[in-house]
Amino acid sequence: MIKIKKDIAVSETGFLFDPNTGESFNLNKTGQIIFKQLAEGKSQSDILKSVLENYDIEDHVFHRYLDEFLMMLRQFNLIEKEED
Amino acid sequence: MKLTIAVTGLSNTDNPGPGIPVIRGILESKEIDARIIGLAYENLEPGIYMPGMIDKTYMIPYPSTGTEAYMERIVQIHEKDPINLIIPNLDAELYTFMKSQSKLQDLGIATFLPTFEQFEERHKANLEKYGEKYGIKVPKSKILTGYSDIKKLDEEFEYPLLVKGKFYDAYVAYNSEQVTSHFNKISAKWGLPVIIQEFIKGTEVNVVALGDGLGNTIAAVPMRKQFITDKGKAWSGITLSDQEMIRITKDLISKTKWRGGMELEMIKTNTGDYYMIEINPRIPAWVYLAVGAGQNIPEALVKLAMGIEVAPFTTYQVGKMFIRYSWDLLGDIQEFEQLSIFGEIEKKN
Repeated sequence: MIKIKKDIAVSETGFLFDPNTGESFNLNKTGQIIFKQLAEGKSQSDILKSVLENYDIEDHVFHRYLDEFLMMLRQFNLIEKEED
Repeated sequence: MKLTIAVTGLSNTDNPGPGIPVIRGILESKEIDARIIGLAYENLEPGIYMPGMIDKTYMIPYPSTGTEAYMERIVQIHEKDPINLIIPNLDAELYTFMKSQSKLQDLGIATFLPTFEQFEERHKANLEKYGEKYGIKVPKSKILTGYSDIKKLDEEFEYPLLVKGKFYDAYVAYNSEQVTSHFNKISAKWGLPVIIQEFIKGTEVNVVALGDGLGNTIAAVPMRKQFITDKGKAWSGITLSDQEMIRITKDLISKTKWRGGMELEMIKTNTGDYYMIEINPRIPAWVYLAVGAGQNIPEALVKLAMGIEVAPFTTYQVGKMFIRYSWDLLGDIQEFEQLSIFGEIEKKN
């Protein structure tokens, strides 16, 4: 289960600020959609399902996109230690 | 509270002294009605000419002239223009002020400085011992006193490593030739020893703090430099919520009973470890960020120096940023003449 670090704030414009490190990032629209759902506690499969239902995107394309995005979040230390 | 406060470190250049930020904090205090005296070493220190900052500036000799000559000038200024408190802001002058503390006290001039022991034991050259004594992770370091030591570095260190001056300057060296070159440059400027430090990979983070001398942390604000000049000075920075940095600071101040302002320089590694790389025994030049974030450290230091009890700050604004800029001040040759000939200048604000 992926959990966004608490304290991390994202504004309506997609500006993400990590107060612990002082780093900031800009999320694009798709990033904002994924991040919002992660922050709500949704699982990876929930997000996949919801996006594929609501947007015109091919399964394998979004699958890859989501994996890459999550990898980035891990790389930038924006998620809590993952539980099994 | 009406006070005349003398401040040094007025060189507000791209390697700024903390003088002007300290003055800004004091002038923003609602409890202190301060008349500011500037103490300057060079007659082109920008702070002297900045409007609304200093009421009167006096030229003083460099500390290297000797404590006696230095203090003679301070006394001379005090007799003419009585001072309640001096805030020295430069590393190189702290020793002189610490040595003259009781003399200053007899004259009715307050200071709020670390003790000799606190000042000496945190020297870069003693960092390893310091880390061990106070339970803080520090990079491995070695003192260089001559060329013969450089050849042996391969046995103890991996490149790159840092070559640091006693007071200022730090350079990264990727091989022994570069160490030699930095060693020459640093030792010519700051003397010996030159310090070799293990290069810790990570993000540099800093804390500005104030200890009351009894073990209490009165203020502590962590910051990360966002933009660094070629001299390694912050040109922009942001306050952090990092509680581990606050914990390390409070723990150190409690154990050392640190008295006065300080800056802790740390490296946060990718694995979340914190290494203390330096302790500056005075307020840093970026202190105005802390003032803006809600902890007026210069004001609190003034109150502590005047014997007023100060309650520790408990909060500060996270995500507060500073960005430095350069600005061409215009002045007239008469001002420069006044300072050059008479060694003092009154600034009409």
